[in-house]
Amino acid sequence: MKALLLRDLRLAVRAGGGFGLGLAFFLIVVVLVPFGVGPEAQVLSRIAPGILWVAALLAALLSLDRIFALDHEDGALALLATSPLPGEAIALAKALAHWITTGLPLTLAAPALGVLLNMAGPAYGYLLVSLLIGTPALSMIGTFGAALTVGVRRGGLLMSLLVLPLYVPTLIFGAEAVQRGADGLSAATPLLMLGGITAGCFALLPFATAAALRANLR
Amino acid sequence: MSLWEYANPKKFVATTTPVIPWVFGAALACLGLGLVWGFFFTPDDFRQGATVKIIYLHVPAAMMAINIWLMMLVTSLVWLVRRHHVSALAARAAAPIGIVMTLIALWTGAVWGQPMWGTWWAWDPRLTSFLILFLFYLGYAALWTAIEDPDTAADLTSVLCMVGSVFAVLSRYAANFWNQGLHQPATFSLDAETNIAPVFWYPALLCMAGFVLLFVALVLLRTQTEIRVRRMRALVARAART
Amino acid sequence: MPDLGDYGVYVLSAYGGAAVLLIGLVVQSVTRARRVRAELEEVERRHG
Repeated sequence: MKALLLRDLRLAVRAGGGFGLGLAFFLIVVVLVPFGVGPEAQVLSRIAPGILWVAALLAALLSLDRIFALDHEDGALALLATSPLPGEAIALAKALAHWITTGLPLTLAAPALGVLLNMAGPAYGYLLVSLLIGTPALSMIGTFGAALTVGVRRGGLLMSLLVLPLYVPTLIFGAEAVQRGADGLSAATPLLMLGGITAGCFALLPFATAAALRANLR
Repeated sequence: MSLWEYANPKKFVATTTPVIPWVFGAALACLGLGLVWGFFFTPDDFRQGATVKIIYLHVPAAMMAINIWLMMLVTSLVWLVRRHHVSALAARAAAPIGIVMTLIALWTGAVWGQPMWGTWWAWDPRLTSFLILFLFYLGYAALWTAIEDPDTAADLTSVLCMVGSVFAVLSRYAANFWNQGLHQPATFSLDAETNIAPVFWYPALLCMAGFVLLFVALVLLRTQTEIRVRRMRALVARAART
Repeated sequence: MPDLGDYGVYVLSAYGGAAVLLIGLVVQSVTRARRVRAELEEVERRHG
């Protein structure tokens, strides 16, 4: 499984691997927001946590179809399926690779983008922590969605329709954690719920993902 | 040689064909009676005026929207465990009915909300959860149409239904946490004391029965259609091969 | 028609919209069922 993980990481970082695209998209979306809602600092500050979470979520979504598509196209996925590695381990490795190459960079870049939106001081730490806890869930859920649609040509839009509703609980608790932190309140509850969701995703979704892969590769 | 892979589909069609018209009739009777009773022969609510009459459509539709998803969950599980094609096709057949029920609930709710709360829409936990349920229904239906092989489609949509169900419940709690809400708590429960006044309750009950019967009739009919479509594809595929 | 007070347009729109959706669903279900049944009979005659 480690070998699979390392291979995916190397592939993603290589030219054409799309590593920087997610970050660039994150930046662009955040830059678009003031053009849409006006440059008034107070308004931006109020909506910053939510915008950053939504933008990160969308950026994570963007790179999801790469998880399985490339391997599927050249037959590597079918080969993987016949290997002694269980489907659940493949799913986990893919999800982790996606998080390391997309979720984690987004998390680290977020505070810088928070500056663009005039986010309140105390919120920065909460932004980092909430994204750190929540983005792995986004990767795991996204991996599940990618597995469902791996056989569908141009399945990106369908996958978004399937994955985005599943992102809602993580988004709610993630943004709420940052908002409470920004207001100086305790963010313990949303952060705990966020952690619970992420843990639950990693406990259950590998099985669902493996089932989806098996169905598609039959 | 018959291409009915299991005795099930043929038996299903044979058994349900005579039954469907009767269920339709019963549904029409209950709905007709319930709606006429509720619309013409119940008083206005002192707070809500005549808009309370919307309850006879709104509540049954909302109930059905949730129950149909639950039915899809059960039939999906049956498919995954026992591989009965009729079960998978029944889930597929039920989805559009669920979508329409959700739309009716959302529409009647919005029209009711405008005079009562002053807004067509509010991000209240119940409404929000319903909107999310609507999205799940759409995704489920879309996945069925996107996958070519019917057995693969059945497998994938079943897994999606299960995962979706977990997240739907999770979203309900998350939405509650996120916003306390102005939709009133449930007025229909098995406990008589918390029920609404009997004068509204009985016609509403009749309408609920009507909606359930209508769903049964429609899902039986639509499952038959799915079975026939599946058989048609199999026949055409076999002919193309020979 | 009972006196719907100020709320006439709301109640009627609610009932109207719901009716359109329900009747539409029933009509579509029945029409598609009949069409598929006829198509299957045709296919069975040719290939069955």
